[in-house]
Amino acid sequence: MAFNVQEIRKDFPILQREVNGKPLVYLDNAATSQKPQVVIDSIVDYYSNYNANIHRGVHSLSQEATDAYEGARKKIQQHFNIKQTHEVILTAGTTHGINLVANGFTEFLKKGDEIIVSALEHHSNIVPWQMLCERTGAELKVIPIDEKGVLILSEYEKLLSENTKLVFVNHISNALGTINPIAEIIKMAHKVGAAVLVDGAQSCSHIKPDLQALDVDFYVTSAHKMCGPTGVGMLYGKEEWLNKLPPYQGGGEMIAEVTFKKTTYAGLPHKFEAGTPNISGGIAFGAAIDYLNSIGFDEIEAHEHKLLQYATEQLTAIEDLKIYGTGVDKTSVISFNIEGIHPYDIGTIVDKLGIAVRTGHHCAQPIMEFYKIPGTVRASFAFYNTKEEVDALVAAVKKAKTMLT
Amino acid sequence: MTIKEIQKELIDEFSMFDDWMERYEYMIELGKSLPLIDENLKTEDKLIKGCQSRVWLNAEIKDDRVVFTADSDAIITKGIIAILIRAFSNQKPEDIIEADTQFIDEIGLKEHLSPTRANGLVSMVKQLKLYAVAYQAQLKN
Repeated sequence: MAFNVQEIRKDFPILQREVNGKPLVYLDNAATSQKPQVVIDSIVDYYSNYNANIHRGVHSLSQEATDAYEGARKKIQQHFNIKQTHEVILTAGTTHGINLVANGFTEFLKKGDEIIVSALEHHSNIVPWQMLCERTGAELKVIPIDEKGVLILSEYEKLLSENTKLVFVNHISNALGTINPIAEIIKMAHKVGAAVLVDGAQSCSHIKPDLQALDVDFYVTSAHKMCGPTGVGMLYGKEEWLNKLPPYQGGGEMIAEVTFKKTTYAGLPHKFEAGTPNISGGIAFGAAIDYLNSIGFDEIEAHEHKLLQYATEQLTAIEDLKIYGTGVDKTSVISFNIEGIHPYDIGTIVDKLGIAVRTGHHCAQPIMEFYKIPGTVRASFAFYNTKEEVDALVAAVKKAKTMLT
Repeated sequence: MTIKEIQKELIDEFSMFDDWMERYEYMIELGKSLPLIDENLKTEDKLIKGCQSRVWLNAEIKDDRVVFTADSDAIITKGIIAILIRAFSNQKPEDIIEADTQFIDEIGLKEHLSPTRANGLVSMVKQLKLYAVAYQAQLKN
């Protein structure tokens, strides 16, 4: 089926609404994506027709719900080309997945060990590792970036040693849109025997990573960035790693046998899925993956790339406008400022014109510190955005500039 | 003038404008007339938490009245704090403590009243009132 953005927009009820009397132009997709009707329907369908707790009931309803939930896990496995279904852990989201791994590594680390993170990280990616370092005495090292917002791999190489136990990097920077060369980063880490965890929160709505080909040890993402609901995500871990990691939370579903003396834990993936999970969320995550694949990732990438190029051209033409993150490999995110104007002011005016962009430090203060700026205005495009919406953004930014200078 | 009278005056001034753009332009103008805080008072402890932009607020007591000065690196934020200072500065602590911010809604800037709004109007008002409470206690002693 040919890619038709106007047809696709009809799948998203929210794109039909107005904001401040203007048609909504939603360009905050890096924060969260909008949801198509099929995803919303899958949640309503679950609660309307087969709501039951999963994995434990023998009754039909419970069986139906379990099938749907486990069906979603299977969809995730296939989508990311994961070898085995039980290597897919359903989480509450990216941050949950990261904390699960960071917590598990407490047992593996000691003083003198090192963890490497990148300078492009989101706060959620820095804090758990700092906490892990505090617990274990390990040291945190940072891969620096260059002026274009690209990781300097030669510096990364220098940081790697036999002390490196874990490397943590995002697939795509949320603040700048830079795509990191994770295949290379993973290979280099494996040479010194370090495990690698990749944060795919920003990537999975734009590209379809092949996790076996990448040979990554852990990969985390959130459904809500991929047209799915909030509060659900995935942690992929290689079986050998997941077997080694201790459980993160205790509770129902994660046990095999319990006496007051000792509990034996359930096998994968249940060992990491204590308590009743977000059942509707998991099912809707599966529906979102089906939806994205029905559009096709090649088409998504091509369309978003066109939008990015066009928006970059148009915005760059505005005098005194500076774009941050100008590496060759980037997704449809444009972080910018206009000289002499606070990003917050631009965001406020642009919002009054019906355009949703993000302003601020994007939970990535170290990047802002690197560029010596208080924050940026960030426009992030999805496959359902149009060239006309880029025009609306550009016109709004120009208007804001006139009002604010 | 009392706080109520000044608020009424602001409502009247803003009622002349037909649309948000004119209101914002006026607010930006007001921001330019903000009684600026002394540069060497722009310190960490004068910063108001809860704003996306940086806002410094200083208060002094002159006779029995609290005088506010402020600054911000964002111009719209500067406009908002200019409106607040016009309403609350040079007033008695007890009047500042009792005053409400309903007039912000009435001048058509309702969106800034949400407590989650990143410009921190709510934080600014809280800080103005905290200064008033402190000076009220000081004056009583």
